[in-house]
Amino acid sequence: MKRQLPFVLVFIFGVFMVFQYFAPHEKSERIYEFFLDWIYIIGTFALALGIWSLFRVSVDKIKNHKEAWRYSYVTLAGLYLMIAFGFTQRVGEPWGWYFVWLLLSLVCLGSVMQARAATSTGQKKKYAAAALVALALAVVVALLDDAWAFYFYTAEGLENSMFRVFFDYILIPILATMFSLLAFFIASAAYRSFRARNVLASLLLVAALLVMMRFNPWIPGAEQVARASNWLMNVPNLAAQRAIVVGVGLGMVATALKVVLGIERGYMGKG
Amino acid sequence: MSVSEKLMRLDRRWVFLLLIVVCVFTFYADFQIPILTEPESEAIYEFIDSLPPGDIVFIAIDYDPNAWAELHPMTFAIAEHCWRKNLRIIFTALSQNGPGMADQAIRDLSDSLKLDRVYNGVEFKGREIVRGVDYTFLGYKPYYALVILGMGQDFRLPFPTDYYGTPLDSLPMMKGVFNYDQVACVVSVSGGTIADAWVSYGQGRFGFPLFFGLTGVMTAQYYPFLGSGQVSGLMGGLLGAAQYEELADNPGRAKEGMRVQLLAHIVIIVFILLGNVGLFVSYRRKLKEGR
Amino acid sequence: MDFQTFLWTTFGVFVTLSIFSFLYKDNPFYKFAEHLVVGVSAGYFVIILWHNSLKPNLFLRLADGDWYFLWLNSSAPWYIIPAILGALMWTRFSKDYAWVSRWPMAMYIGIATGMAIPLEMSNRVNKQLYAMMADINWENFFGHGGFDLFDTLSGFSQVLIFVGTLTGLIYFFFSKAHTGLFGGMARVGICTLMIGFGASFGFTVMARISLFINRIQDVDVWRQAAFDSSNPGHHAGFYVVFWVLALFVVGYTVYEVASHLMRKQAAG
Repeated sequence: MKRQLPFVLVFIFGVFMVFQYFAPHEKSERIYEFFLDWIYIIGTFALALGIWSLFRVSVDKIKNHKEAWRYSYVTLAGLYLMIAFGFTQRVGEPWGWYFVWLLLSLVCLGSVMQARAATSTGQKKKYAAAALVALALAVVVALLDDAWAFYFYTAEGLENSMFRVFFDYILIPILATMFSLLAFFIASAAYRSFRARNVLASLLLVAALLVMMRFNPWIPGAEQVARASNWLMNVPNLAAQRAIVVGVGLGMVATALKVVLGIERGYMGKG
Repeated sequence: MSVSEKLMRLDRRWVFLLLIVVCVFTFYADFQIPILTEPESEAIYEFIDSLPPGDIVFIAIDYDPNAWAELHPMTFAIAEHCWRKNLRIIFTALSQNGPGMADQAIRDLSDSLKLDRVYNGVEFKGREIVRGVDYTFLGYKPYYALVILGMGQDFRLPFPTDYYGTPLDSLPMMKGVFNYDQVACVVSVSGGTIADAWVSYGQGRFGFPLFFGLTGVMTAQYYPFLGSGQVSGLMGGLLGAAQYEELADNPGRAKEGMRVQLLAHIVIIVFILLGNVGLFVSYRRKLKEGR
Repeated sequence: MDFQTFLWTTFGVFVTLSIFSFLYKDNPFYKFAEHLVVGVSAGYFVIILWHNSLKPNLFLRLADGDWYFLWLNSSAPWYIIPAILGALMWTRFSKDYAWVSRWPMAMYIGIATGMAIPLEMSNRVNKQLYAMMADINWENFFGHGGFDLFDTLSGFSQVLIFVGTLTGLIYFFFSKAHTGLFGGMARVGICTLMIGFGASFGFTVMARISLFINRIQDVDVWRQAAFDSSNPGHHAGFYVVFWVLALFVVGYTVYEVASHLMRKQAAG
């Protein structure tokens, strides 16, 4: 039951999906749409697991004062603020006491974390009291201030300007910059390790140089270089990548068949 | 220690600094380079340019901020081209941070389209872009392969409402629009493996014209699909975006960035050649020493 | 640009430079930005999952009847089943009941792999092999309109594609030793693959540099906004904020370089 039933389920669903592809009868299409509809919901719960894991790890780091534990406060603050922005929106133009409410709820969250991390009973009580006071004040502010409101059932939160600001001025710059560091690492790697040690490495080097110079208008015969580069992409590169695509495709089909037939079982984990 | 050995042992932070200096100085230098277009990008432009007003283009914004630099200019160029031609757009965002990228692009483009502009000698009057009439933004759902399949049955299957929570049936643009059959083409601007899913699960099953805007890292891998006709056009990296801006006569960040790209490439090629010169010098020394 | 937007743009530039500071060495500013983006990204994803996924696909369908009785009055009460199956995924965290999470996972894996078999076979294998075996254009073997080696549609190019793909596939066949004629063909295959990897590398360099160029463009937008006196909302505050950040960055850089040199001197 614990291990056999999942493999039977994988087989039944897998065979049905293959059958449905070749026999798209109206009834099988209805069942197929039914399954797809359910998967979107099940998949959402599965993705939420990752968020819960992040929360647990951050809280654990603070509690046990692990390495760089203070930065976990930054992580939790960012997590809480985005969730708060996504579920709230101002009613008119002014923000009212919105940012006071945010501050109070952050203080409450921080006090709870500190209370869990505190070693002495006195400290725990102190932080717990601070958390309760902050929570009470936050609730009072939320109830009395009508400049803003909670929106769980409608999507006003997605249009909250603070939600957009955090995305545009925090998420985008940081993620974009993190990946832009690769520009430097590729320059350094090209300098240190891109060597024409043998015929194969030389072929790789020549192909790379041709592609990198294809939009350079200053080299002699720039147009011919551009044409040569385009030919390289559409002929030898295409041939090479096609071999890889076919190989990967065969591998994917073989692995999928092994999973459906229950030969490949590693994805279920141990136990 | 010889010069070549010193060069081989150079602290990589000097390489970083040189690259920063070259890029920043080139950025502020006042020169332009001509952008030569390639058939892959021309195919996308010509297809969209040939569509009659009122047709629907499906744009999938399947990238995160890490690919913003290369792909956002493509999204801007294509979406602005579509709206200037009075085409309607269905946006979707199948990557995790895609909805925010799409939301930002729609807001910025809406402002840009209020201005009168001239493209390729043709005057376009500024206008207001209306949600539900000129575009629909479906939003995000997890498990992109199954979402692509679901949209082939009916957009309402994975997306009963749009990104803003409005039921699709209440949007004027979505009346009579059910799936890919009512869409002229799909343009997937993708920074990851979602492009594979569009080929296999989308174009492979439903047969619509599929165009790609891809990061430079991925571009070479999709030429087989271009060659087999599964993909009808391809924009690769910042150069692809610059080519589309050149074709649409709509210069933007991509064209501006290509001259910096050129000098940076020259610097990296110099680094590679220096490294290889060092290698050959050390080979010769070993030969002389009889090793 | 109004002052509030300028302040947020300044924060964006601050976190950009914090991440760039990692090129020198790891430091508290980098750690701050790194941890911030992890939290903000996770929080953003929670909101998107709720508003775009759970709410329209589950709660709106369950609650189309009486809100208080949820699914009991709903026209589609069976949606409670995927909700329960999804919730069962959370038993993964329990030591005693983790096996329950395998049932909904089995459903997803069965559907995904079942769908992959015919579609991947058709699109990655069949259509690619079909394209590989296209009719050779013998009339224009060396190029349309005369001798043109760089004509991608010439018969010569088609032959090269066929030979390159076939030998590439032969290279990946490791069940037979790469000796004799087979080994020779595998050698041609690996040469073709190297050209493909070289082309990928060339594009990768362009891609990585583009990412850095974009950051320069964004920092320049901030710089321009700070000095844009034609902006009706522009005032002295813009200059103050600009110079505070600029001087802080320069000051911190000088401090780090000076510390490094002093440590080097003390060690040497």
